Amino acid sequence: MSKDIKVKKGLDLRFKGEAEKTLVDAPRSKTFAIKPPDFHGVVPKLVLREGAKVQAGEVLFYSKYNDAVKFSSPVSGTITEILRGAKRRVLEIIIEADAANSYKEYGVMNVDSADAEAVKARIYESGCGAFIKQRPYDILADPDDAPKAIYVSTHNTAPLAANAEFILEDQQAEFQEGLKALKKLTAGKVYVAVNKKSSKLKDLQGVEVLQVSGPHPAGNVGVHVQETEPMNMGERVWVVGPEDVAIIGRLFLTGKYDAKRTIAVAGADAKEKKYFRTYIGAKVSDLVGNVNDTESRIISGDMLTGLKLTNKQYVSFFDNTVTVIPEGNNYRMFGWLPFTYNNIHSMSKTSLSWMFPNKKYDVNTNLNGEERALVVTGEMEEVMPLNVYPMQLLKACMTGNIEKMENLGIYEVIPEDFALVDYVNTSKIEAQEIIRLGLDLMITEVG
Amino acid sequence: MKWIRQRLDQIKEPFSKGNKYEKFAPAINALDTFLFVPNHTTQKGAHVRDAVDLKRVMITVVVALIPALIFGIWNAGYQYLSQIQEQVGFWEAMGEGAISVLPMVVVSYAVGLGIEFAFAIFRGHEVNEGYLVTGLLIPMVMPVGIPLWMVAISVVFAVLIGKEAFGGTGMNILNPALTARAFAFFAYPTYMSGNTVWVSEAGEVDGVSGETILGKLAAGTDVPYNTMDMFSGIIPGSIAETSTICILAGALLLILTKVGSWRIIVSGFIGAAVMAFIFNLLGASYPNNDLMNFPWYNHLVIGGLAFGIVFMATDPVSAAQTYRGKWIYGFLIGLFAVMIRVFNPAYPEGIMLAILLMNVFAPTIDHYVIEGNIKKRKKRVKAQVKTAV
Repeated sequence: MSKDIKVKKGLDLRFKGEAEKTLVDAPRSKTFAIKPPDFHGVVPKLVLREGAKVQAGEVLFYSKYNDAVKFSSPVSGTITEILRGAKRRVLEIIIEADAANSYKEYGVMNVDSADAEAVKARIYESGCGAFIKQRPYDILADPDDAPKAIYVSTHNTAPLAANAEFILEDQQAEFQEGLKALKKLTAGKVYVAVNKKSSKLKDLQGVEVLQVSGPHPAGNVGVHVQETEPMNMGERVWVVGPEDVAIIGRLFLTGKYDAKRTIAVAGADAKEKKYFRTYIGAKVSDLVGNVNDTESRIISGDMLTGLKLTNKQYVSFFDNTVTVIPEGNNYRMFGWLPFTYNNIHSMSKTSLSWMFPNKKYDVNTNLNGEERALVVTGEMEEVMPLNVYPMQLLKACMTGNIEKMENLGIYEVIPEDFALVDYVNTSKIEAQEIIRLGLDLMITEVG
Repeated sequence: MKWIRQRLDQIKEPFSKGNKYEKFAPAINALDTFLFVPNHTTQKGAHVRDAVDLKRVMITVVVALIPALIFGIWNAGYQYLSQIQEQVGFWEAMGEGAISVLPMVVVSYAVGLGIEFAFAIFRGHEVNEGYLVTGLLIPMVMPVGIPLWMVAISVVFAVLIGKEAFGGTGMNILNPALTARAFAFFAYPTYMSGNTVWVSEAGEVDGVSGETILGKLAAGTDVPYNTMDMFSGIIPGSIAETSTICILAGALLLILTKVGSWRIIVSGFIGAAVMAFIFNLLGASYPNNDLMNFPWYNHLVIGGLAFGIVFMATDPVSAAQTYRGKWIYGFLIGLFAVMIRVFNPAYPEGIMLAILLMNVFAPTIDHYVIEGNIKKRKKRVKAQVKTAV
């Protein structure tokens, strides 16, 4: 079964530095790390201490408020350091890896014949539950919930983001197996979004294929949810990343938590723009080499939603992309004159860059202005395919007006849906942060 | 460029954090960012940003105002000189106009920016660029002969009561420039209306008729101008409102750059045309009402209607914010402007009051537009509850 989703509103950003489609094995990192802050709202309860030996797939910690949600080690080795920040918050659990992985055995399971409870139990005991996020709120799913549907998007439309279709090319069987397992977790449907133009994934079994076309954020799950089964108050849908589905599939096929991660290194300042195969939590410097992190910005994830890292840190849990772009801490004389500096991309017609829709632009991290009061209207709506009023919703979040937020559709959005609003808005308002704070408020007030 | 930058950094030193003049940083920053787009990088959220910023948007509006301003300066000189001499040269008129108009612009900017800077320092935020536009709009909608101190007081009122009292840029309900004009209009009526103010020193020159067309129509006297005169703007009136051609040139820039909402501009003219057309139809039964019988297309090109719709109604802060709301808002402005013209001879020009009225109602319009979106959402929840039962 398949359904077409055509997105009209949005913005495709074309920047230089795309990763070429060659897959290479990354040099095996000496250390890997799992970063609890990657899981928004999870307070880690550590199972193992510093110096302990772990196997790949062995549980490192679980969530303090929901001990069924466990987090496993991606590699085998020794826990060398538990890095803590302010108030002793655990920031990184660093594992010195063995030369080759030894795995904890969970046993092979036939998904087709197994019952749903057993499948769910296996996913959660092995730590694969960490891959399952929920909407609303963009937090980890609660295994006790019954999601009305599960969404997987293999079409990432963000600038320079990894092509999941390419990543899954040699993991097709595992991906299909993982989808079968996910199907057991919901009474509803499993939706897989694919790129309408090129997808080789159109004949997946047992799922509803969504053939997506249009500009970014066409690949975002928020759009797919709206076009299939719009979110209502109190409902839950689950979201799993494409390569994570393959990891779940491998768990059932081989009995191992084999957390392979394919990472596209992209961006103008990246030395080798390729796809690297490694494991979750790889060290940044092993992928991007010796990049000067004051002159270039290293981002785990795409440049709209990712996290800023230093060369010594580790790739975030969910990310398939590492972007390296120049820092933009330079001045531009009279940069505010309309129709000047057309080499910087702008959606606004006050720059002539709209005349070259296919040009690939250089991009850096300059804010191109300063934060101002919200003045210009109508621009956020142009990049917002979701059926919400973005500016009004942002204002409701700023004032913390819960009833208004509910009315305006806070359950239908997560921060990534506002990434383009961050990018285009004239007043340089931090829309993603405002939405995140709004969602956090909803979690504490409504739950 | 590097040399200037270094000098600037030196000058800015005492204003940086922890230093002597830290409090005055917004003032020096405002000047600095006029020379250079600052070197700030993204700290959270999206790591890359669009090239547009508020300065660029505001400057685009200023550029769009320039044709009307230059024409206004020329026309101010021409209207005066043509009454006392046979031939008027271009530069002669420009010179004469500049003498009366430019001081108003200077006063408006000096007073307004002074208040803006003071509030920025007092409240500890950066100076917003909105006043660049407001400060130019205010003199452009004043009659040419108004004393400078009145301009100054109107500016003070507009910025303090019209804007800062509501929380500053982005929070005001009324368009500040129109607030200034409305203040002057009601506080100094003898300088703002009647038949002696629209041409400089008209009262002192014998036989000068300085009335505006709308004033003449309201008074029931003959109008010695044809549609082309009204369209090109060589007629008495507020400084920059007379030339519909120059205003449309500005409108074109605003629409092409998407800085001004084309929805408001188009629907505003449609609203005015519809209302005027209806009056034309009714006019047959009221042959004595000249304004009712004034052809609808002439309504569009005289008075401040075009200027108001293009530059005042499109102010994004005081206008409706939703797409559908903008259509309604613009349409009603045009409609009310013509209605006030026709029905209220005390205020021959209705656009000012129409825009201020709709400024007040814009949030209400948005409310009902957004209510539609909310209803859809609630309906979905209801449907879901039903199937669950």
